[in-house]
Amino acid sequence: MSSTVNVRLTVNGVERDLDVEPRLLLVHALRDNLGLTGTHVGCDTSNCGACTVHLDGRPVKSCTVLAVQADGAEVTTIEGIGTEDNLHPMQEAFWNNHGLQCGYCTPGMIMAATALLAENPNPTEAEVRHGLEGNLCRCTGYHNIVKSVLDAASKSGQVTA
Amino acid sequence: MSVTEAPLGANVGSALRRKEDPPLITGHGRYVDDITLPGQLWASFVRSPEANATITSIDTSAAIARDGITAVFTGEDMSDLGGPLPMAWAPPGVEVNNPEHWPLAKGAVKHVGDPVAVVIGKDRYAVQDATEDVFVEYETLPAIVDPEAAIAGAPFVHESLGTNKVHEWTLAGGDVEAGFAQADVIVERRVVNHRIAGAPIECRGVIADYRAGSLTLYTATQVPHFVRLFMALLLGLGEDHVRVIAPDVGGGFGQKLQVYGEELLACWASRKLGLPVKWTETRSENMSVAHQGRDQISHVKMGAKRDGTITAFHVKILADFGAYNMILTPLIPSLGAFVMGGCYKIPNVQTDITGVFTNKCPTDAIRGAGRPEATHMIEVTVDQLAHELGMDPLEMRRKNFIPKEDFPAAVATGVVYDSGDYHGTLDKLMEHVDVPAFRAEQEQLRSEGIYRGIGFCTWTEICGLAPSRVTGPAGVGVQAGLWESAMVRVHNTGAVTVYTGTSPHGQGLDTAMAQIAADRLGVDPAVVEVIHGDTSMGPEGRNTYGSRSLATGGEAVVRATDKVVAKAKAIVAAELEASAEDIEVTNGKFSVKGSPDQGMALADIAGIAYVGAVPEGMEPGLEETTFYDPENFVFPFGAHACIVDVDPETGKVKVLRYVAVDDCGPAINPMLIDGQIHGGVVHGIGQALYERVHYDEQGQLVTGSFVNYALATAAELPSFETDRTETPSPVNSLGVKGVGEAGTIAASAVVTNAVIDALRPLGVDYINMPLSPMRVWDAINHGQGASPEGGSQS
Amino acid sequence: MIPAEFEYTAPESLDDAIRALVDAGEDAKLLAGGHSLIPLMKLRLAAPSLLVDLRKVPGLHGVERQNGAWRIGALTPHAVLEHSPDLGVTSMVAATIADPQVRHRGTIGGSLAHGDSASDLPAAMLITEAEVTLQGPNGQRSVAAADLFKDYMTTAVGDDEVLTEVRVPALDGWGCGHHKFNRRSEDWAMVGVCVVVKASGPTCEDIRIGLTSMGSVPSRATAAEAALRGQELSAENIAAAAELAADGTNPPADLNATADYKRHLARVLTRRAITDALSSTG
Repeated sequence: MSSTVNVRLTVNGVERDLDVEPRLLLVHALRDNLGLTGTHVGCDTSNCGACTVHLDGRPVKSCTVLAVQADGAEVTTIEGIGTEDNLHPMQEAFWNNHGLQCGYCTPGMIMAATALLAENPNPTEAEVRHGLEGNLCRCTGYHNIVKSVLDAASKSGQVTA
Repeated sequence: MSVTEAPLGANVGSALRRKEDPPLITGHGRYVDDITLPGQLWASFVRSPEANATITSIDTSAAIARDGITAVFTGEDMSDLGGPLPMAWAPPGVEVNNPEHWPLAKGAVKHVGDPVAVVIGKDRYAVQDATEDVFVEYETLPAIVDPEAAIAGAPFVHESLGTNKVHEWTLAGGDVEAGFAQADVIVERRVVNHRIAGAPIECRGVIADYRAGSLTLYTATQVPHFVRLFMALLLGLGEDHVRVIAPDVGGGFGQKLQVYGEELLACWASRKLGLPVKWTETRSENMSVAHQGRDQISHVKMGAKRDGTITAFHVKILADFGAYNMILTPLIPSLGAFVMGGCYKIPNVQTDITGVFTNKCPTDAIRGAGRPEATHMIEVTVDQLAHELGMDPLEMRRKNFIPKEDFPAAVATGVVYDSGDYHGTLDKLMEHVDVPAFRAEQEQLRSEGIYRGIGFCTWTEICGLAPSRVTGPAGVGVQAGLWESAMVRVHNTGAVTVYTGTSPHGQGLDTAMAQIAADRLGVDPAVVEVIHGDTSMGPEGRNTYGSRSLATGGEAVVRATDKVVAKAKAIVAAELEASAEDIEVTNGKFSVKGSPDQGMALADIAGIAYVGAVPEGMEPGLEETTFYDPENFVFPFGAHACIVDVDPETGKVKVLRYVAVDDCGPAINPMLIDGQIHGGVVHGIGQALYERVHYDEQGQLVTGSFVNYALATAAELPSFETDRTETPSPVNSLGVKGVGEAGTIAASAVVTNAVIDALRPLGVDYINMPLSPMRVWDAINHGQGASPEGGSQS
Repeated sequence: MIPAEFEYTAPESLDDAIRALVDAGEDAKLLAGGHSLIPLMKLRLAAPSLLVDLRKVPGLHGVERQNGAWRIGALTPHAVLEHSPDLGVTSMVAATIADPQVRHRGTIGGSLAHGDSASDLPAAMLITEAEVTLQGPNGQRSVAAADLFKDYMTTAVGDDEVLTEVRVPALDGWGCGHHKFNRRSEDWAMVGVCVVVKASGPTCEDIRIGLTSMGSVPSRATAAEAALRGQELSAENIAAAAELAADGTNPPADLNATADYKRHLARVLTRRAITDALSSTG
């Protein structure tokens, strides 16, 4: 086995210290080493976006980031944005608008959507659709996902054009 | 806002937001790969890179010598299995060639991805590394890829069979030749319904845990009860010692309606090694070995009189089943045959099916399973007939609709359509789509070089898979009864648990079933928990597929709940010294008619039931079980329209608008129905425009990942317009029909018809799917469609 | 799907990074955003023995204007280019790479050093006549984009060199257009055409047309450029020039497109991209 590397990162506000193989993917570090199984794996090729987390505030596909690359970074996962008792507005919007069915793509979709609104708080439908081009869903046909994101945007005090 | 709060007793019909969602939106779902058992080992498969080959040697010594590797097994090690993997379709009087199919290859591989060995070890990285140290030598054989060549003769996928034919099966009603003799116009064409993948975003996965004589299997499946039965049979265990759990399942789409070799292998290895064994499928594996769907080449022939009356429809299907029969492989095209007349009164309908083996991944049920193929064939052919007769395509449809007053309608294919109002859904569709205005716009745009088209599809299908007497061994030939069960338990406190034998995986049945039970019990759906997907909890079940779960499982919940209600009424009647017939449930209370204030809440009744203060002769407790076997299938229907633009220079198709009017009976939760339609439609649009599993001439899988198996993203699609009519089914008390497959069944035909409509001025009258840019461009430039061949298949 | 084992180092200076490359020989690979390399490693199509991660090396980030050109640090992610509209065609092209997540991690330096002829930025570098700085054990050198792409996934970047920055001439006053043709918006280009044009009144003073996915390396449609240079930018002249866009190309066929179809697309997209570029000059 190759030598391990020490990685310190902040995950959902908590400092974490891991000794990892350099090849360990960030998504596996989150799931297997830290038990944060809300971030999913849906493909091998950076297409599906189920593994989307925020790295220093920006959305990334954690299956295509090595854990060692996240050394010193802040990582936010689906578990870090809201709880069942205190939902993030985007989580609430997905619930209210039936933005999920099987739920497998949902954590990545929500993380991509919150990043989208952080960059563009008042998107058009077309902007939402393009902003989610890195996330695949097989259940919803995207209709209610797009509706959820637009709903979350309108509730954040912005007026949709 | 679709969050709806309904008064007690009036939740059915409201768009209640889902009970399932809070854990799923916060990252607290529990899918198979999220589960870790103490001491678990990991499995990784060595898979064939060859499409067709004899295995001459397997050297596992280097792999087993690696750090962290516990065992490496090959097919030879698994000689103690009770039999090969199951195929559960044995129609009376039909011979089905069924080669043995093992979890690990025995001496030969028959498609790319066929498992050859399994490496088991301490973690997911170590086992993948070790698979590269298993050295397999193959003697390559010619790959049999083209189904039409395969059916013509040698070489054979399975030499010992002496043929590539799987079976032949015909369903005929009336006399198609006599029907064609009456026709003034006949359309014939070759329709290819290409191979597609189920592609749930969660791949498959298992953890098997055998200890102290009992087996627990967690698996990403739609059918835990079927999996339990076959694990027990093939491992020589009592079913009482096998527990199968489908935890949260990340989509199925038919792909997880299966009994897979990997499930069996994990169980077998756990028993052998005495530790839990976990396997998480990669997407590359899923694309090459999880069963696929469609893959039919059909010769269709439809005749009509000059006034548009359809006289006969004859379909000859060559179905490419790939390398093996999976659990229901050869049945799938037959599901389409039962509705080959569509929603039309066609007196003469015949479907001839031939199944063929090739060196590809096996096919089986994928969303729609036989019925999208049938609908596509019917609807593109009706459009062409209308064109050749100079009729409006909608007028052609209306002329042939089975009229509302004919239901229940016995049709030529031998089934009885339960209920329908095809004019009603089409009328409703016309409220959303102004066809004359569109035609004017289309004409104007054409003069500007913009090719816009509109397509229609009026469809029906057969679903709610049941009843046992028809689907079972003496009928269609499935070796299982297809009824459904429910158990309803009112707890001491008045909380309610519903156990359903269905196994939903995203459809929202927890919510729908809670709505059904809550209304009858006079409680809030929030206090009704719905349990499914665990064979140790609740009665035996028949699980989720074929748009069956509400029509069978929902009705089972009705019946079990009504038994509970009857007992509760008897308790209340005794307490209030009234007659049970006079007790009703209003405003959350069981009360005597006319005296609503003197009622008892369910919690109070449960209290009596559990302290045993029940009337003389009544058993204590408050729970009931039902096994419900319906009298018939259900036949949902609808009318869809789609508007597309085709770029005549590049061939690229853009869907501008999609309107779906569907009728699946009275809505239990309209929000869930719309969601099913949206997703189903995109599965059909996906097949029409984007998705295709492709093998090259050497049998190599070209579309082995999401890079080139193109699932549409949000950016390619419009929002959808949905509407409903509600024609109750007489089959169940809810009047409901299935809706999970509806969108998919309709959509590929709608999109295809829209593209053809756009391109007719350019001489195009048919293109086989997928309508990829190059294929459309090719059709525009090389005048496809005029020949019966209907265009290139490459 | 996980990478094979490798050793890892994250040096804190450019010199240390180069030394690590020199010491390890050809089995070492530089890691920037990793969005070209890690996917290949997961599929085990690449298995370097050592990854030299550039993330701690200072001075490799940022976009700034210097002497009529944009200096872009090699580790600048595509998303930054996307949101820098002053970069013109470079920004326009960057916005179409894959999806937002990939654009936040993938870098211009990584993309150019990887040299995939289906990736979007190389053709934009050709038409802006950009140059890259390569730093190696024997000092630094500049390489013009035209000399950077040697063959399929093969570039002029040596095994012991680090691509540190890209200099893109500002092309003030030029119009730009880009048409990327694919089946889905997150896909690689089936064919991509990017154009910069300098108009003087109705006349084409200069034009450059870049082609993506039309051969083993990105290329320029030189015949089409020559046909328009000095000519009136009329619809007829643009259409006639666009007909030459695929001349001399040898595009690789794939599942979704034959070589003939790709050549046809190149002609159609060239006409459209020139038309857009012209209208962007206002």
